[in-house]
Amino acid sequence: MAALPRRIIKETQRLMQEPVPGISAVPDDSNARYFHVIVTGPEDSPFEGGLFKLELFLPEDYPMSAPKVRFITKIYHPNIDRLGRICLDILKDKWSPALQIRTVLLSIQALLSAPNPDDPLANDVAELWKVNESEAIRNAKEWTRRYAMDN
Amino acid sequence: MEMMNTDDDSLCEDSGNETSGDDVDFNVEVETSVPKESQSYDDEYQYEVLSTSDIVQYMSDIIDEVNSVLQLPPTTARILLNYFHWDKEKLMERFFDGDQDELFKEANVINPFKKIPVTGKPKLSLKIRGTEECDICFMVFAPSHMTGLECGHRFCYQCWNEYLTTKIVEEGVGQTIACAAHNCPILVDDETVMRLVKDTRVKIKYQHLITNSFIECNRLLRWCPSPDCNYAVKVAYVDFKPVVCCCGHIFCFACGENWHDPVKCSLLKKWIKKCDDDSETSNWISANTKECPKCGATIEKDGGCNHMVCKNQNCKADFCWVCLGSWEPHGSSWYNCNKYDEDEAKAARDAQERSRAALQRYLFYCNRYMNHMQSLKFEHKLYSSVKDKMEEMQQHNMSWIEVQFLKKAVDILCKCRQTLMYTYVFAYYLKKNNQSVIFEDNQKDLERTTELLSEYLERDITQENLVDIKQKVQDKYRYCDGRRKALLDHVHEGYEQDWWVCKEA
Repeated sequence: MAALPRRIIKETQRLMQEPVPGISAVPDDSNARYFHVIVTGPEDSPFEGGLFKLELFLPEDYPMSAPKVRFITKIYHPNIDRLGRICLDILKDKWSPALQIRTVLLSIQALLSAPNPDDPLANDVAELWKVNESEAIRNAKEWTRRYAMDN
Repeated sequence: MEMMNTDDDSLCEDSGNETSGDDVDFNVEVETSVPKESQSYDDEYQYEVLSTSDIVQYMSDIIDEVNSVLQLPPTTARILLNYFHWDKEKLMERFFDGDQDELFKEANVINPFKKIPVTGKPKLSLKIRGTEECDICFMVFAPSHMTGLECGHRFCYQCWNEYLTTKIVEEGVGQTIACAAHNCPILVDDETVMRLVKDTRVKIKYQHLITNSFIECNRLLRWCPSPDCNYAVKVAYVDFKPVVCCCGHIFCFACGENWHDPVKCSLLKKWIKKCDDDSETSNWISANTKECPKCGATIEKDGGCNHMVCKNQNCKADFCWVCLGSWEPHGSSWYNCNKYDEDEAKAARDAQERSRAALQRYLFYCNRYMNHMQSLKFEHKLYSSVKDKMEEMQQHNMSWIEVQFLKKAVDILCKCRQTLMYTYVFAYYLKKNNQSVIFEDNQKDLERTTELLSEYLERDITQENLVDIKQKVQDKYRYCDGRRKALLDHVHEGYEQDWWVCKEA
């Protein structure tokens, strides 16, 4: 594998030195482009109290192209599908090379606080979120309790 | 790709955008250049064939013209023009009538009249005074190694190069590359791109993307659809008319298909789609096959016996082809199988009958269409045999100009074939009426005379005395051409008089 670009080295160092509250991102021992991520569910959201595992990979042409991020912990959310894939503009067409791992993870945390059922990835979840929000929130809490706690 | 080579031709003033209404111009320059090869097709339709460098020149002429009034930096003018799909009237109108700040904001460009000195943007590195850190590579540079747009977001030259290259090569973005900063919509102008991109191939790709978006958004311009041809055709108004590219390809300006008179673009499109999709395959299936009443497998009858045994090894149903009932009660007298519900059986038979008729009708027209298409391909071989004949004649004391009638004969033969080919598409969608009968007579005449000409050029010509040939060939092709014109004139008149009724098929 080619030498790690300075940008990735520095970003990793800074993530370690000044971690983001509620988010941990640790590079894998064998692959410095692969990060084990844990995001805590934001307060006052149905995901509160949960610890959500994600994986994050920096592709060859990072930061010219966006990191690849996926939820590993099951989550009931209109913009995250069964496979954990995330519908977030900055991971797609709104990616800018001036964004960082830190900003991406903060955006994902913000997405947990503010689901957007009008731009859905998981259609059934989004549908319920729109027609019966309280039931959707109950489901999200139940999934959080079942999959994102004590594990 | 060459840039900005000056061309003396006066360029048409109309920017040709969809939204421009009446073509009222400040200084209307009348198009003077008439393309060399177009006369033989349609004399009154004027157009111009542009090379890539002509297109670049044409764009910069429009920019200059806009700037003679607006006095903007050319790069800003280009971004604004692109935002208005190169409709300069619309740009001028918005510029003088509306809120200019709003206009610049919508077009994602900084108002050049209001350049505010970049306010404290350069993020000074905390570690070393007088240096900046690039937000992309995290390296620290002297300010002279950093650059950016009017929005104030600065990155190092290396990162700009990589960013622009990724946008151009990987994403195919040209005129609308935004600043590399997150959420900054300000567009990178063409001069900046050319300055910051290092690789020549990327620059060429960028130029191509820019000219391409210019052609795509301009209704009066169209790329020649011929493979690997880099010319575009420019017209004064869009019409269902043939244009001849410098590469020799003749196409319909309105839709870009091969020239297809007498059938109109919309029906040709429908026809091509029909030929390409599987609708006739499914018609064939419903006309020629039945489904096994037990397992539903599609069955084609390949023998005379009506006692069918399903070949699906898990089914092996015995049934009667005629009534699709179980074979058992038929015994030896299968033809007495009239015990099924009469209406249902009749409906099924009618549906199959209709499928069959539709299929037959389609195949009738399709065969003739394909046949002329095939012949047209063969006629191209005639050019070489005719060339030999022309040389032979020149050795018998005929001048070069005197023997050109032979080439002309093949030209006309090809045109007739092409017209005939498309008459079958026209006819397929045509409802029968008195005029359609006249059309079919014209079609028959043209087909007959075309075959005569074809046969003569292919075969009889070798046995003829050289002196007789010229007269005979000329008589034949003139007659063909006359029939072709008569047919087309009749169809065109019908378009004007609303004679033609379209058949839904």
